[in-house]
Amino acid sequence: MRTFRAAACAATAASLLAATTACGGGSPTGGGGSNDKPETLTYWASNQGPNLEADKKILTPELKKFEKRTGIKVELEVIPWSDLLNRIVTATTSGQGPDVLNIGNTWSASLQATGALMPWDDKAFEKVGGRDRFVESALGSTGATGSDPAAVPLYSMAYALYYNKKMFADAGIDGPPATWDELVADGKKLSRDGKWALGAEGSNLSNNIHQVFVLGKQHGADFFDSRGEPDFTSDGAVAAVKSYVDLMAEAKIIAPGNSEYAQNQSLGDFAKNKTAMVLWQAAASTFESQGMKEDEWGVAPVPVRSGAPGPGTSVNSMVAGINMAVFQNTDNLDGAVKFVEFMTSDEEQKILCSAFGSIPPVKSAQRDPAFDRPELEVLRKTLAESAAPLPQVPDESQFETTVGTAVKNLFAAAATGREVTTETVRAELVEAEQQMTKQ
Amino acid sequence: MPRSPMAAPRSFLWSRRVVLTLLTGFVLLPVYVMVSSSLKPLEDVSEKFRWLPSGLTIRPYIDIWDTVPLAKYFVNSLVVAGAATVCSVVVAVFAAYAVSRYRFRGKRVFTVTVLSTQMFPGILFLLPLFLLYVNIGNATGIALFGSRGGLVLTYLTFSLPFSIWMLVGYFESVPRDLDEAAMVDGCGPLGALFRVVVPAAVPGIVAVAVYAFMTAWGEVLFASVMTNDTTRTLAVGLQGYATQNDVYWNQIMAASLVVSVPVVAGFLLLQRYLVAGLTAGAVK
Amino acid sequence: MTTTAAPAGGKRTLRKDTPGAARGPRRRPGRLRRAGLPYLLLLPALALEILVHLVPIVTGIAMSFKQLTQFYLRDWGAAPWSGLDNYELAVDFDAPVGAALLQSFFVTCAFTVLSVGLCWLIGTAAAVYMQETFAGRGILRALFLVPYALPVYTAVITWVFMFQRDNGLVNHVLHEQLGLTDGHPFWLLGGNSFVALLTVSVWKGWPFAFLFIMAGLQNIPKELYEAASLDGAGMWQQVRRITLPSLRPVNQVLVLVLFLWTFNDFNMPFVMFGEAAPEAANLISVHIYQSSFVTWNFGTGSAMSVLLLLFLLLVTGLYLLFTSRERKAAHA
Repeated sequence: MRTFRAAACAATAASLLAATTACGGGSPTGGGGSNDKPETLTYWASNQGPNLEADKKILTPELKKFEKRTGIKVELEVIPWSDLLNRIVTATTSGQGPDVLNIGNTWSASLQATGALMPWDDKAFEKVGGRDRFVESALGSTGATGSDPAAVPLYSMAYALYYNKKMFADAGIDGPPATWDELVADGKKLSRDGKWALGAEGSNLSNNIHQVFVLGKQHGADFFDSRGEPDFTSDGAVAAVKSYVDLMAEAKIIAPGNSEYAQNQSLGDFAKNKTAMVLWQAAASTFESQGMKEDEWGVAPVPVRSGAPGPGTSVNSMVAGINMAVFQNTDNLDGAVKFVEFMTSDEEQKILCSAFGSIPPVKSAQRDPAFDRPELEVLRKTLAESAAPLPQVPDESQFETTVGTAVKNLFAAAATGREVTTETVRAELVEAEQQMTKQ
Repeated sequence: MPRSPMAAPRSFLWSRRVVLTLLTGFVLLPVYVMVSSSLKPLEDVSEKFRWLPSGLTIRPYIDIWDTVPLAKYFVNSLVVAGAATVCSVVVAVFAAYAVSRYRFRGKRVFTVTVLSTQMFPGILFLLPLFLLYVNIGNATGIALFGSRGGLVLTYLTFSLPFSIWMLVGYFESVPRDLDEAAMVDGCGPLGALFRVVVPAAVPGIVAVAVYAFMTAWGEVLFASVMTNDTTRTLAVGLQGYATQNDVYWNQIMAASLVVSVPVVAGFLLLQRYLVAGLTAGAVK
Repeated sequence: MTTTAAPAGGKRTLRKDTPGAARGPRRRPGRLRRAGLPYLLLLPALALEILVHLVPIVTGIAMSFKQLTQFYLRDWGAAPWSGLDNYELAVDFDAPVGAALLQSFFVTCAFTVLSVGLCWLIGTAAAVYMQETFAGRGILRALFLVPYALPVYTAVITWVFMFQRDNGLVNHVLHEQLGLTDGHPFWLLGGNSFVALLTVSVWKGWPFAFLFIMAGLQNIPKELYEAASLDGAGMWQQVRRITLPSLRPVNQVLVLVLFLWTFNDFNMPFVMFGEAAPEAANLISVHIYQSSFVTWNFGTGSAMSVLLLLFLLLVTGLYLLFTSRERKAAHA
């Protein structure tokens, strides 16, 4: 009994503490930013290159350049993807964050809803050269429609089909498939002798989302309705998810082992001639680092159901990319905007996008001959003509988790020989949708 | 030490041989994988598993320092875990001395509360703790969040409950006559603590120190949110080897070994104390 | 820095008290009732516990009554109070959120029971077998402690490497070398992930039980064995009649500690599976992490954590009540 009395005492003490702390909760995160510290900026960069150190080596000379021009010293921290969102969440909660930061463009609306990012109205955009400098599709991934963007596009990417020329030739296939039917037909020829036609990252939730989102578009389905409510279980969505998983379950052109891939192992398989195709964004530098020569692989648009890539149901890529945002309560507002201007200038866009293998979202920089490589040509065309932004809704990150997990589960089922039917797919998606908590 | 004058029967000896052999295999298997993989070229570790490397290379051990700033993380971990250990031991010694030698109002509440913190799910107080550190920082200018200090404070408190509890047990096994004798010689209560009780409790203190160090060295969740580029610890930094391009398993294994060797070596050197410390402390 | 403040405070008390003590010898220290001193000694520990454990936990409990989504992250004090909504959501087992929590809870229970049981069993067996000296005992003991000494993440990473489907050691041995399985099963996906997690957990955890029990064995008076062997009890009988009963108090503590650590463990499942653990290995701590940090619903996540805390308090309370009664009964 004494234990209980003691516990009761402890509970009383704790509730007293509650009274004192609950009032002091939250953080004094006033309104907009200030210019209290005009000499320094903290910048959180996302990991774009092969590793954190490589990113630092690429960015540091540019930041030095910026310092020379403006006298503003930029403190750089490159944050691994595994930590980035958590770091932003904690920074948001506490109000102690960087001045400028990179965000995955799919997070734009989610982060916009927190109010932690400075809205980019026309006046702010003017300071970086105006909205018109940026490619329209990239601007479509900067926040909820109808509100001022929460960020400015920094690097753009799109998905393309990378294929192994020799494996295609060996299987007697002339060129890359343009439709899914062709891909499956070619795939059956390619999948033999322990080699497989297509690579996938079955345990990588974001990658799963990117693929099924595009297939959803092709089946005329969006995962959110016009009011921003989740709608995962429409016939189109079910068909889209099923068609992706069926590449492993039914067509058997994806190796079952790929369902546990989450760390870009499929690129390693591709570079080692174990799989003939991958659907990826800007993979050239990775292939190179894995010892695959540039003339060994080719690149083509991601297949569509029929016809040629375009808008509507012929969308064949998400708008992938990185946006740059200014933290609402920065103490160097002018400097932060200046830094965004610097990073999105034609000159820096050329340098950085070439280094990271991405496409500049800035129109004038895109025209630079540095981006004339065939790979980037395909990506640029896709981005301009047949890419759609992921749903710009606050629930986007929940969507990635729930539906991404559903696809992962379905891949796991397919890999272990369980049947994947329309019903099982629907059941997974129903569960995913129910887990979306009401806001 | 011989337990009984009787010779053990054969069934006992045989089953002992079997069980201990199996256990040795179970324990050694991952250790072997770690060591052998760290000496393999990248092709070997990204292809089908093979027991013997196709060729030995020390390349991974050279490359690990460039792929991620391992040395920096190492120093951070060492500083954080070291400081947390020292502080934790000092604080625990004071608290345990009070609990073992004095009767005072609230003693039971104290012990129950401290021990019940072992039930707190880390997730529940990750965000609040972070908020608290930031608010303290805003109010006093003491940077807790993002600094090594904040992490030290956190880790030291994590190991505190178990440490106090273990030391209370140990101190109670130190005869009170010794304190008394010291007091007769003119020591105060704290003099008695430092001249008599602490020296007599060295094994217990070492056991507590080892536990505190390992708690701090291995923690992932709080480290991933509370550190930044300059203060990142090994637990978080090792993720850097699974890069955008490829998973460098040989480097991961080499780095894992490099970061494990100091703890394992230290642990094995001190293991005698550990058993002795637990014997008199926790398990009486 | 503040970190050194606590011990420094402690040292200050030392200085303050020494002159007082120099006044001369006093009564026995056990009865010493200098009212302030014990509190001063406790102060650093108490301050730290309040700062790092109690205040945050209370804040966390407060958060569980709020509708704390991304819209209110910046100023969670302004988030609307939602009463018991978060709790209702968490325990509505007919709805998917509650059902998922319940499923995760059961998985965690099964995992904890098996892990603690196996750790205890292996630890006891090894300790009992190694009670007597034999050649190589010291080396073996050191070796057995290696898994415990390894940092969690290095141990888990190595096991993940071994559990890979296509290139891992486990499948290589099971399929190619022993022919026990048709093809390569998955270990990090689907139902087998439970086995994989359990294996790692036991591998990492049993040496602690071993260490603890080994220490407990040292406290068993030798005379008991001598007396028993004079009575003609054999080795096995001695183990059954003396060793195991004598270990009961040790086991009481060991099982409780292992239970709490295993049930609450976040590091191991998180390093092993990341944010989206397979259903069969969806331990509650990672599940709650996913419900709060990944899906931005900190209110619900906090409510789930509070429920977990209540459950652990209940289990611990009952356990202590039960075992201490049993002990009293045994003494009577």
